Amino acid sequence: MTTTETGYVGSALDRVDALEKITGRARYAYENSPRDLVYAVPVQATIARGEIIEVDVDAVLKHPGVVTAIWHGNAPRLAPSDDAELAVLQSRRVAYRGQYIAVVVAETYEDAREAAGLIHVQYAAEEHDVELRPDHARLYRPDYVNANYPADVELGDPDAALAHAPVVVDAVYSTPAEHNNPIEPHATVALWDGDGLTIYDSTQGASALRMAVAPLFGMPPAQVRVISPYVGGGFGSKGRAHPHVILAALAAKQVGRPVKLAVTRRQMFAVTGYRTPTIQRVRLGAEADGRLTAITHDVYEQSSTISEFAEQTAVPTRMMYAAPHRRTTHRLVRLDVPTPSWMRAPGEAPGMFALESAMDELAIACGVDPVELRVRNEPASDPDTGLPFSSRNLVACLREGARRFGWAGRDPEPGTRLRGRLLLGTGVAASTYPAYRASSAASARAEPDGGFTVRIAAADIGTGARTILTQIAADALRTSPGMVVMEIGDSALPRAGVAGGSMGTASWGTAVVRACEALVEELERRGGVVPPGGIESAADTKQEVRSQEKFARHAFGAQFAEVGVDADTGETRVLRLLGVFAAGRIINPKTARSQFIGGMTMGLSMALLEESIMDRQFGDYLNRDLAQYHVAANADVRDIQAFWLDEEDPHLNPMGAKGIGEIGIVGTAAAVANAVHHATGFRIRDLPIRLDKLVR
Amino acid sequence: MRPFSYQRASSARSAVAALGADADAVYLGGGTNLVDLMRLGVVSPGTLVDVSRIAAGAVEETSGGGLRIGAGVRNGDLAAHPLVRRRYPMLAEAVLSGASGQIRNMATVGGNLLQRTRCSYFQDVTKPCNKRSPGSGCPAITGDHRNLAILGHSESCVATHPSDMAVALAALGAAVHVEGPQGARIVPMPGLHRLPGDRPDRDTVLEPGDLITAVEVPPLPFAVRSRYRKVRDRASFSFAVVSVAAALEVSGGVVRDCRIALGAVAHVPWRAEAAEAALRGAPATPAEFARAADVELAQARPLPLNAFKLPLARNVLVRVLTELAEAA
Repeated sequence: MTTTETGYVGSALDRVDALEKITGRARYAYENSPRDLVYAVPVQATIARGEIIEVDVDAVLKHPGVVTAIWHGNAPRLAPSDDAELAVLQSRRVAYRGQYIAVVVAETYEDAREAAGLIHVQYAAEEHDVELRPDHARLYRPDYVNANYPADVELGDPDAALAHAPVVVDAVYSTPAEHNNPIEPHATVALWDGDGLTIYDSTQGASALRMAVAPLFGMPPAQVRVISPYVGGGFGSKGRAHPHVILAALAAKQVGRPVKLAVTRRQMFAVTGYRTPTIQRVRLGAEADGRLTAITHDVYEQSSTISEFAEQTAVPTRMMYAAPHRRTTHRLVRLDVPTPSWMRAPGEAPGMFALESAMDELAIACGVDPVELRVRNEPASDPDTGLPFSSRNLVACLREGARRFGWAGRDPEPGTRLRGRLLLGTGVAASTYPAYRASSAASARAEPDGGFTVRIAAADIGTGARTILTQIAADALRTSPGMVVMEIGDSALPRAGVAGGSMGTASWGTAVVRACEALVEELERRGGVVPPGGIESAADTKQEVRSQEKFARHAFGAQFAEVGVDADTGETRVLRLLGVFAAGRIINPKTARSQFIGGMTMGLSMALLEESIMDRQFGDYLNRDLAQYHVAANADVRDIQAFWLDEEDPHLNPMGAKGIGEIGIVGTAAAVANAVHHATGFRIRDLPIRLDKLVR
Repeated sequence: MRPFSYQRASSARSAVAALGADADAVYLGGGTNLVDLMRLGVVSPGTLVDVSRIAAGAVEETSGGGLRIGAGVRNGDLAAHPLVRRRYPMLAEAVLSGASGQIRNMATVGGNLLQRTRCSYFQDVTKPCNKRSPGSGCPAITGDHRNLAILGHSESCVATHPSDMAVALAALGAAVHVEGPQGARIVPMPGLHRLPGDRPDRDTVLEPGDLITAVEVPPLPFAVRSRYRKVRDRASFSFAVVSVAAALEVSGGVVRDCRIALGAVAHVPWRAEAAEAALRGAPATPAEFARAADVELAQARPLPLNAFKLPLARNVLVRVLTELAEAA
């Protein structure tokens, strides 16, 4: 796309759906109420492992308004699936506390909920094991980790290099289980019409959800339609099909009426995914001047007994810094816990906390400024694949961030700056995230009235995707955004990848550009005349994506934090947070800024607050609401700034854009932890940095 | 959820009569805690008697120079009241440090005093809890108790009282006016809330049918210099990890009088009487403040995960008293 030099891409267009959203006209999944609707309320297991001996639904069925109660004993059979998490009500086995074991369907939500509480379930409970330990006997190496990376990678002889290194950092870091908490909890409305199934759902990928649901009911994907025009946040938790979707469809099939199922906030802590806790040992070997000779990063994490999700925690360590000797490993243990899944920047978010904390420890050990240390270890090409980087501006981000933050002249001595009773400190960390792209299809249609309609089953989960795709389409069609209607969020539209991996813009944008280019060509061939019925062109980027040049493609950034730690209470507050990012071309500075500062806020939250507490005795996460599971509030975010460099990268996609949805959360926690060390002299290696770890 | 009936009372007497002998009925104030507990299934009353409109606007001076606060006064209005701000800054600060603006605009003074603990086990009906289900056990003692009690707890219960406002009222020695089936009476603070002992299901000394109608704060001239310091994990909208309400009267470098209470350390807002006694007549110095804190906390019995509350409470107490002494 060479026509956009003065186009709408790059401009701060207001969200095209802002009016719908602020006036409440935007209809979210739960707000769909087809005629003859009934309500489903799931029942969750109250043991962490064992078997259901008996389910007594007599009292449930006697409750007014109840239509039916479904459990494994009377549930319709689903087709076998690779993902046992989705095989709802198919077995008497209980794999984790909170797993769906029944669903009650009633005329009203209130009736369904009251009746669900009347079910009597008799279990044969077995001893459960819910504790991740680095010496667990059942640790194993997964075949691959999330996003299809090998579990282990080794280069050179890291053990020998560490044995000979003049400076060694050897430390264990840990991050707790964390739960995605989008503002809109998950919800599904399922409706059967003959052999066809329509699902209104809050999902990050209508096309993918259809592919996950259809086979379970033995149907071709074309018979399932997923409608999801508006999504109130997801952060990965709505990226995969979760069991409530299947439960709603199964219940609707059983009762022959549309079923509405809302997952409550408390239920979300068991059934819609979360970030695995991690235990990470990082060893860095370096010359006296800080140049790395060896890096090892060994990760221990968990999944459930019924589904394997292996977070790719050590993967960023493979490409971040130059070092001739390197080993990264992942070991997983299957526990009687809920199934983990994607949470914003899976892999990078916890992994870079460990690596970037260790880099800070190395900077101190070598007496080298932490910004300079990272510059010294900048690789010429991707250390993992040997490929050239399509663009890599980490150093420029560090330099620009240092300048804007006022890093120069920083006294590295920890624990020496007191303002009143507040200990002050500053810290830095690097950010990175891969620039993925997946194939998608799109169509572009010229309407007889001079307008255009562009269609793609993309998802706008609050990112502004609908808006930036409108900008991209407007430029490709050489028109203005007001002339373009962007239709997304419906699996009946041309197939699109999930809003995940920060690849929405790259993947969908490419397809939109190609469809629009084809339409422009077609219109030119017709002398610009639109026939009375309109005219449509389509594109599929399968070939283009498959045949793209070989490069290492990543976005980079640098984050700087200033913290104040109360010397008496240990309360840590982030006084300033500043990030500079290099992420290719920024399509819309307004929505981009929201993505960056949103990610950074979540990173701040990860640093100081977020922790799902596993109750060992009962085997579930204890703090299952927003009063107990703390996410950052406005008062926690005092001064937050995001900047970006003008980065031109011709090896990406027609827009020249890298994804920005996740990089903001990467490195933030390390920048804060490093600042806490600078402020207090205490190195907190286990998140979150709560006051009980600092009070003396 | 279980269907319930709702009625609105126009006076304290009619509310008490409406509740009558119905063990299945409860009073409804702002609903900011009760309704949550109904949603969680922790309580499921058959009848709600709405008392939030009884004398809702009343903050009045008493003849002695104190204040009488109607039980229906909204927390936000209480914190903003000029006399509260001027005479009892610790009370205004305590109320403002709690919850969020929206919740403070709903929550009533009476309801705030009668909040239930936020212990995770109490709120989860699928687990044992002696407070919710007497005799079922207390999993918090061996489970998660990071933010539970270090003082005055029992083998039955280690819950803490969540209110900020109550800590300030305990320090100020407020009198709680109660209308009950047997007539009106006054319950002093501290004294309204009780330690768990073997009856953790009872948070307070109130009897069935009792209704808080007002809270009277006695005159305390030196409370014009008083503070409430709340330590919390999140900068706003979170419960205290430890809090201190304190007023200090100093002249000639000597503590003449003081009022101190601790929050989030016990089943009750914890009036620090031992520390107060240790300080009266003592030099107003950080060393003496630390000694007083140690005297108070000598009775503490922390659990494995909340031992940090000991140094924390000590540090905050010393800090608040030092700041008050410096301002004197």
